[in-house]
Amino acid sequence: MRQAALDRRLLWVSLGLMAFGIVTLYSAGQTDVPTRAAGVWSRQLVWFGIGAVAGWVIFHVSLRLLEWLAPALYAFSLTLLGLVLAVGTGAGTAQSSHSWLSIGGHQIGQPSELAKVATVLMLARYLSGRKEPPRSFRDLFVPALIVGAPFLLVLKQPDLGSAIVFIGIAFSMLFWAGVRPRLLFMIASPGLSLLLAFNNWAWAAWMVAFTALLVYWRPYIYDWVLVLSLNVAMGTIALPLWQRLAPYQQNRLLTFLNPEVDPRAAGYHAIQSRVAIGSGGWFGTGYTQGPQKRLAFLPEQHTDFVFPVVGEELGFVGVMVALSLFLALFLALLRIARRATDSFSSLVTFGILGLFFTHVFENVGMTVNLMPITGIPLPFFSYGGSFFIICSLCLGLAFRVAWDARQSGYPDI
Amino acid sequence: MNGFDSYRVRERADVARWVLIATFAVLSGAFFRTQIVQHDKFQLRAETNRLRPIALTPPRGAILDRRGRIIAENVPGYSIKLLAPNRDSLRAVLARVNRFVPLDTSETEDVLRRFAAARYQPVVVIGDATFETVARLEEHRAVLPGLVIQAEPKRLYPAGKAVAHLVGYVSEVTESDLTANRFPGAGLGSIVGKAGLEREYDDSLRGDEGVRYIEVNARGRLVREEASTAALPPTPGKPISTTIDLDLQRFIDSIWPAGVRGAMVAMTPKGEVRALYSAPSYDPNAFVGGISSTLWRALNNDEAKPLLNRAIQTRYPPASPFKLAISAMGLKRGLIGLDTRMPTPCRGGLRLGNRVFRCWKKEGHGSVDLVGAVAASCDVYFYQLGLRLGLNAIVQDGVLMGFRDKSGIDLENEIDPIYPATTAYFDRLYGPRNWSPPATTLNFSIGQGENTQTLINMMRFYEGLTGDGHAPSPYIVRPRAAEPRSLGLTAEQLDGLRRALIAVVERGTAAASRRADLSVAGKTGTAQNSHGEDHGWFIGFAPAEKPELVVGGIMEFAEHGTTVAPYVVRTLRRYLLGPDTAGTIKVKVLLDETVSPQDSAPRPIELDPDSAAARDRADSVRLAGGAP
Repeated sequence: MRQAALDRRLLWVSLGLMAFGIVTLYSAGQTDVPTRAAGVWSRQLVWFGIGAVAGWVIFHVSLRLLEWLAPALYAFSLTLLGLVLAVGTGAGTAQSSHSWLSIGGHQIGQPSELAKVATVLMLARYLSGRKEPPRSFRDLFVPALIVGAPFLLVLKQPDLGSAIVFIGIAFSMLFWAGVRPRLLFMIASPGLSLLLAFNNWAWAAWMVAFTALLVYWRPYIYDWVLVLSLNVAMGTIALPLWQRLAPYQQNRLLTFLNPEVDPRAAGYHAIQSRVAIGSGGWFGTGYTQGPQKRLAFLPEQHTDFVFPVVGEELGFVGVMVALSLFLALFLALLRIARRATDSFSSLVTFGILGLFFTHVFENVGMTVNLMPITGIPLPFFSYGGSFFIICSLCLGLAFRVAWDARQSGYPDI
Repeated sequence: MNGFDSYRVRERADVARWVLIATFAVLSGAFFRTQIVQHDKFQLRAETNRLRPIALTPPRGAILDRRGRIIAENVPGYSIKLLAPNRDSLRAVLARVNRFVPLDTSETEDVLRRFAAARYQPVVVIGDATFETVARLEEHRAVLPGLVIQAEPKRLYPAGKAVAHLVGYVSEVTESDLTANRFPGAGLGSIVGKAGLEREYDDSLRGDEGVRYIEVNARGRLVREEASTAALPPTPGKPISTTIDLDLQRFIDSIWPAGVRGAMVAMTPKGEVRALYSAPSYDPNAFVGGISSTLWRALNNDEAKPLLNRAIQTRYPPASPFKLAISAMGLKRGLIGLDTRMPTPCRGGLRLGNRVFRCWKKEGHGSVDLVGAVAASCDVYFYQLGLRLGLNAIVQDGVLMGFRDKSGIDLENEIDPIYPATTAYFDRLYGPRNWSPPATTLNFSIGQGENTQTLINMMRFYEGLTGDGHAPSPYIVRPRAAEPRSLGLTAEQLDGLRRALIAVVERGTAAASRRADLSVAGKTGTAQNSHGEDHGWFIGFAPAEKPELVVGGIMEFAEHGTTVAPYVVRTLRRYLLGPDTAGTIKVKVLLDETVSPQDSAPRPIELDPDSAAARDRADSVRLAGGAP
């Protein structure tokens, strides 16, 4: 048993990512004019230690206990989210938001990170407790509540990046629970409608096509009416909603479409990140040597924009190695989710996959302007204590699920 | 839960796997596009991000006099610049610079103002630093972030204020210059010529800027002063040779009476300018490395306007020197000969209708011929000659002789003289019935009225008189393409006019300085000035028989042309006879006095010869001028 304690693939992949991450973080601190990023790699090592302990602890906790604890944990994290809205503080580049919980001036952590795991557990508990997968909007009411509550609280902080993660978790877990893709598409349709509403013709075309799809799919009559009216509503409120967005949010969305609109301010991150990555070429400028990073053109190079450091210094090859490691992590988690002994464990593992996936896709995507810029850390790379502990917890959970499966001699399906 | 049978899970796992691989492919594609396809574009962006070009000032071409002596040259200099990310940090570093090199408040303000104009370039703190300053700052480089010390060629005018209006000065190009594209090829921070020859020949003098790169970080902080990227050395400007005689130029400066405003120009009959001087002058070296705003304000606010080049930028009534133009018109049109006398001899005035126009000499000149009239500057003679010519002819011939055009000297900002194109000018100015043609004619005949000329343009007319009647445009480096003006006179007529001009000097100097070594010809003039004392003119040339140099001078508030004459004569002697003969000499010139109420008066003066005012006037003239 000892030798088979941990899932080998997941172990190697996560160790590889952590090593890559700490090496990148060290380089991120190497600038010509020293910044506070200079020493973060050593502090991150401390977090690695704490994270390892946290992962080790959670590995030794039965998933049954966690399933039982899930509602309490969920309620606790919602309370913290409520609390942080009242007394939270900002940090770093998001000074005005309320995402940090501080005691006596010391930042303890971001409750939104804990809420992510709690939501995964809670949603897994609910979905695994059902007799069959949700088939209609009515069946999705409770999952929507479970995800919607932390989502809205985090959005209120405001922390769009973290809020999006909840959406990612929800969709991946619903999919894994067996919700039909067309239903997921219908859930997502109001969001699409919202985006397309800025062009009348595009929106009209979308509505026609969507109605045709609904006619073809023939969902329940209530869903039919609900989803269509939601689409119409979204199309209508899009503009007023846009005007209610904070200017910085509007700018981010606009600069996503065209970073050159405002190259010195809102588009700065998008442009400088791509300049750093693009100047890397095939093999990069050499480890720790990247001029854009060294000369501080690359903003937030140790947190949200740590990945361009890889792109600039190690080039396309380095990027491919990092992305392959992430893909390997996802596939390892997918494998564990498949082999899990029970539906709760499986859903938890897949939820963790969804969590990591959303983080990676959004973070890496925004560095090449594939996604709009939101404050979202890259797992194992970005400097940050509470987020790394959550990642460790997730890994610990996944290891436990794998271990359970192996212990029960579950077949490799 | 039902949905977790092995078949369904495998199905979903396959979908999930494909979604993950597709996402990986999309991300890979995005990175491939950014890093490989668009690599060059972003590489360039990265380079321009961190490398900031700094212009390397080319050495300006030297300006040489006709014997190759240096009027303007370059000496090695240093400029102290600071590269600062923002105003506050610039202020902080300036405060530290102040510890090692004292800067006063206005200098600090200048630096901050320059910084506001070009914040991404190193801002000049000391444009012209001594080696000691450089050494002291270099020693404390550690506490002076962004310090850029650049070895730069520095302009030097060895003759200083003696050549100020001639060479002009250089300074950094301004934003409005750039907007107007006044200096093609110049960029922000370029040093360009702002006046005089420096301005006129800036194109060839300036050379091409080089460039070097310094490495900065995102906050605009200097990281490395010498970036690895190759620098482009500047191309030096081309030297120019001038027709100037530096000794003569310095000589004029040395003899010019202190505190007197005016100008003096010396040129050959071919139009080669040997000296061009305007007073009060300024030190063009003060502009090198950026003039302090205190000095700049002082120069601009000075009531004497030292920056004004009075040889080409100030108009004066041409007064008596213009009588030669009237004479030339009469001779050309065949209305008179050199020995023609006017019907009415001078009795101190000319009656026209019910008004009497005075001659400057109350006692009158009697009956004189043209030579005598020029020599004595007899107003009455020229009144009659003017009437004989008629206003139309005077205006027409004046335009032909170039009194309506610039002299065409190769200096920028020469102003146009004022001279009517046709008599319709007076109708427009005063209304058809509000001016009197005969009175205006009389005014024009003695160089007053609506006729004001620059010194250089009057010089050009005299240039024509000294030679064969053709006056090429004066030049310092090369003539601007322009036809020489022709006076349309025969050699004999020209000779006669010259004799008259010799008489002006010879008769006056008979007692005081009859010096056989050099015969000087010339004409005095007194330009009536409504704002104060009259301005004095003298334009002379020598040797009178075969002129080699024409010198013209004007002194503001000098009361008489006779005041100016000695300076002109000394200048002629200095040039033609050498330094030893140009000592102080006393030159007496036939006094003439031409008066009119105002430069632009519609009517000429109208004085009853018997009135008290007329007597006073005549007395004052006699007293002031010591007339014979």
